[in-house]
Amino acid sequence: MTSIYDAEGRNIPCTVIEAGPCVVTQIRTEENDGYAAIQLAFDEKKEKNTTASLKGHFAKAQTTPKRKLVEFEVFPEEKNLGDVVTVDIFAEGDYIDVVGTSKGKGFQGVVKRHGFAGVGGQTHGQHNRMRAPGSLGASSWPSRVFKGMRMAGRTGGDRVKVQNLQVLKVYPEQNLLVVSGSVPGAKGSYVIVDK
Amino acid sequence: MDLVKFVEEQAVAKNEVPAFKAGDTVSVHYKIREGNKERIQVYKGVVIQRNGAGSSETFTVRKMSNGIGVERIFPVNSPNIDKIVVDTYGKVRRAKLFYLRSLTGKAARIKSKRV
Repeated sequence: MTSIYDAEGRNIPCTVIEAGPCVVTQIRTEENDGYAAIQLAFDEKKEKNTTASLKGHFAKAQTTPKRKLVEFEVFPEEKNLGDVVTVDIFAEGDYIDVVGTSKGKGFQGVVKRHGFAGVGGQTHGQHNRMRAPGSLGASSWPSRVFKGMRMAGRTGGDRVKVQNLQVLKVYPEQNLLVVSGSVPGAKGSYVIVDK
Repeated sequence: MDLVKFVEEQAVAKNEVPAFKAGDTVSVHYKIREGNKERIQVYKGVVIQRNGAGSSETFTVRKMSNGIGVERIFPVNSPNIDKIVVDTYGKVRRAKLFYLRSLTGKAARIKSKRV
């Protein structure tokens, strides 16, 4: 993340995303696949690290092996196999959604994981349960803990979508998007940008 | 190439500022927009730190306003800064002068350097 200034001199936090160039590697149709979508591939990878089946898949689109394949069901324009999609489809001022995998946070308690308030204070007999979850339910009925009860556990590493981020700048030569605000995931991780 | 750096270089216009560091007394001429009118306010005080580097560098200016300490943080490259004037160069031994916060009056003076 970084920050840039807008026309009124306000400092706006923003994220830089390298978006594209993506190659259309497959076109899903109603007749063949039961749904319509196009598949985009992004980021080079070495031929020797590519399985034979994927090599064939990329050869069909006459392109080099790519790291990420993502399908888009609603795409603004008609595309053919092997077409290149670049950052040009975005313009400054557009609003986009960004999907990514959030940073892993390990095994966390209920305060961080589910936003529990914890125990109010440190006094009045609290000994060591400042961030404890409290009761899990009633006693003899139901005599069990309900499914889905929010408890401590692995946190982060989930698919997260952030909606309505504004595109502040587009740099077509460098394939860069500058988006206001933050985006899920660690530095250098992959995200899906949806218009 | 570092893409974040590229965007910072492209999108943030660098301000021409004189060389100053912690301990110096500066006047920051800051543009203030009220409706359609724009005027310039001068904020004068002691620089107690410079923080960060590159396009996101900031500096903190401390002054006493009616007996109350006021600190204001300015981004060095903010387009709202009209100009920065260095009034005196201070003689200090550290880069961050947070100790000034607990001092008032005569004790909070900084010796000025002759240039």
